[in-house]
Amino acid sequence: MKIKPKVGVVSCSGECCSLGTLSRVATRLVLEELRSDQTVTICLPLFLAGETEENEFAKEHPTIAVDGCGKLCAKKAIAKYSKEPAAGIDVEALLKEWGVEPPGSRRVLDTDGVKMARRLAELLANEVDEIMEAD
Amino acid sequence: MSKPILVIPCSGIGKPFGSISRDATFLVCDELRPGKADTLCLSLLVMGDEEARSKVASSKCITVDGCPLACARNNVERSGGEVAAEFRVIDLLRENRGLKPRTVTFLDEDGEKLSKLLADKIATKVDELMEEAR
Repeated sequence: MKIKPKVGVVSCSGECCSLGTLSRVATRLVLEELRSDQTVTICLPLFLAGETEENEFAKEHPTIAVDGCGKLCAKKAIAKYSKEPAAGIDVEALLKEWGVEPPGSRRVLDTDGVKMARRLAELLANEVDEIMEAD
Repeated sequence: MSKPILVIPCSGIGKPFGSISRDATFLVCDELRPGKADTLCLSLLVMGDEEARSKVASSKCITVDGCPLACARNNVERSGGEVAAEFRVIDLLRENRGLKPRTVTFLDEDGEKLSKLLADKIATKVDELMEEAR
């Protein structure tokens, strides 16, 4: 039996605005509900602090960077310290594409914010499937 | 008015502690001490963003870490910031052994209680640091 490697989903969790919260909640939803057996996450602050285990994982496994804004911290960090992520999402650009405004609060997502996070999580889950399929 | 104190959480994503650090920070910056406390993106700072580095270099910083690995503190120091005070969620857990937060995505009742306790402590420290700066 061939055991497929897991996909790392890495959120920027940016604190500046609600887009970071959206990226974080969507990432957790993929991990907890949608693709719990196929995914793990990497703690970005730990990764950036040079934690070997986290950096090695991203070198050996495909990753998806989930960035709140166009500064793309998660994507750039993975590329800098490990290797290019297999996929990346810029949540700010995506919301513009969807024609929706970012959630009002960065602390607690309201009903619409949670719906947005679920929609984003579905998209991430599809990315996971595509990566697993191609592997 | 003095410059706002920067409160920087680790926002760790693997355990409830990181979520509590994040939630408490937002409580302080957005509700308890708006204008007196501010935050910034830790990852942006570590990736070398000039604006973030300059903000950290010219402000008093409070770091809020979930676990003993102290990523917020370490990353702020590596980016040239001076940590005026630090808080760790695990220390707060030791002081409140009856509270057992379990969820990460959306904080449960115990997680919210810990976040509020932590936010009060951070807000008090913000006041002290503002007073010192006068």
